[in-house]
Amino acid sequence: MRYGYYPGCSLHSTAREYDASLRAVCRRLDIELAEITGWVCCGSSATHAASKHLGVALPLHNLAEAERQGLGEVLVPCAACYSRFKLAWHEVERQPALRGEVEAILEHQFREEIGIVHPLEVLDSSSVRRQLASLGEGNLSGLKVVCYYGCLLSRPPKVTRFDSGEYPQSMDRMLGLLGASVLDWGYRTDCCGASFSLTRTDIVRRLSHDILEGAREVGADAIVVACPLCHLNLDARQRDIEKEYGVRYNLPIYYFTQLLGYAIGVPSQDLMLERHFVDPRGLLEKVGPLWSPSVR
Amino acid sequence: MSWQISSTSVSQFADQLAEASGVDINVCYQCKKCASGCPIAYAVDYTPVQLLHAARLGLKDLVLSSKAIWLCLACETCVARCPQEVDIVKVMDALRAMALQAGVKPQVPEVASFYRASLRNIRVFGRMYELGLIGQLKLATRELDKDVRLGLEMFKKRKLKMLPDFASLGKASGIFSRARKLERR
Repeated sequence: MRYGYYPGCSLHSTAREYDASLRAVCRRLDIELAEITGWVCCGSSATHAASKHLGVALPLHNLAEAERQGLGEVLVPCAACYSRFKLAWHEVERQPALRGEVEAILEHQFREEIGIVHPLEVLDSSSVRRQLASLGEGNLSGLKVVCYYGCLLSRPPKVTRFDSGEYPQSMDRMLGLLGASVLDWGYRTDCCGASFSLTRTDIVRRLSHDILEGAREVGADAIVVACPLCHLNLDARQRDIEKEYGVRYNLPIYYFTQLLGYAIGVPSQDLMLERHFVDPRGLLEKVGPLWSPSVR
Repeated sequence: MSWQISSTSVSQFADQLAEASGVDINVCYQCKKCASGCPIAYAVDYTPVQLLHAARLGLKDLVLSSKAIWLCLACETCVARCPQEVDIVKVMDALRAMALQAGVKPQVPEVASFYRASLRNIRVFGRMYELGLIGQLKLATRELDKDVRLGLEMFKKRKLKMLPDFASLGKASGIFSRARKLERR
């Protein structure tokens, strides 16, 4: 399998551990990722608010590049980028006039629809599930987690067509297959405050607090995420939240690719667990030793 | 005398909004599902359902000078749940643009500054340069001491890059200028 790869800005900075662990997991599963050259920021939360055309043109520039480079389906790991890509394609698909305008802006005519997929969709396929089972079945046993999908993977459901809009389960399934006890909870698609991370941190702290509290209530040892903004708000801001609310969570926040990688024998330097604010290594070491570079 | 009942033309403002956003808000039947699921309902002056109602009544000033249009997180919960398929996020996008065009001062200025700074950042660098964005935002909001400790820790963990990603430097500027030109027409 081969995909065009759009890491997006976060995976080159705040979420490098998501990038590294995803690449390592894909290598292990023989999935080839070809990074789109010359990709630009999808505009995420800012551009659609400022200009209709720009909000559509920026993500589609990357699909145009993928088409020019003959890359086929594009893998988009950041939930915010994923949603932006899907929304942009949805818009031009339904509005031929807009499509013409955007193609003029991009100086590119799309030949066909280019698939946009999230790693959870790729890794939840039956063939990959078989691979995962043979490489790491049961290796996460002893780990009690909740899966947090956030807002933008599953919404709006008619546009992203990801799993289920209100009750997605692909991450739960995957981690359960590897032996983790995946707990049910009510916050899987709630919003963490996302793009207000730099501006209205009061709102981010309140919304993220509710999510951390929800995880603690059901007895989870950690939260598993699939979005760099969710990770930032729940991990890097956890100390501030604890201070504000007078509680102690100390809940590690994993990218699902880190747990997957750990379960299937990806060496620890590719998981970059040391980059987290709440140290997630101790909990994993309780489950079993981290794979050292010499293992592979 | 005959009356023509149509779902459109409830107010001139609702028509303008439909034109700008492509969304007909007149189909809203005020079920409040949007407000019930809105994560920032606690922080806004008007919930989505109230804002839609006000817009239908043509209360342009109230709507454009609301905090709600700037506090919307675009989490799409309301869009996913609306039984009438009113795309409220698109409505919010259009309302912010209308407010800026009409010269209404943004009621949550730091969010407006964030949008401006992000756009400039992407136009220049092609990709987000976080440190540059944070710097611009600090200058705009004058909150120089905000999150300094967190920023330093992120820097130490190399979650923030010292220098921008040069691979796409200037790659977005053409897209920006062609989009602007088209929208000014």
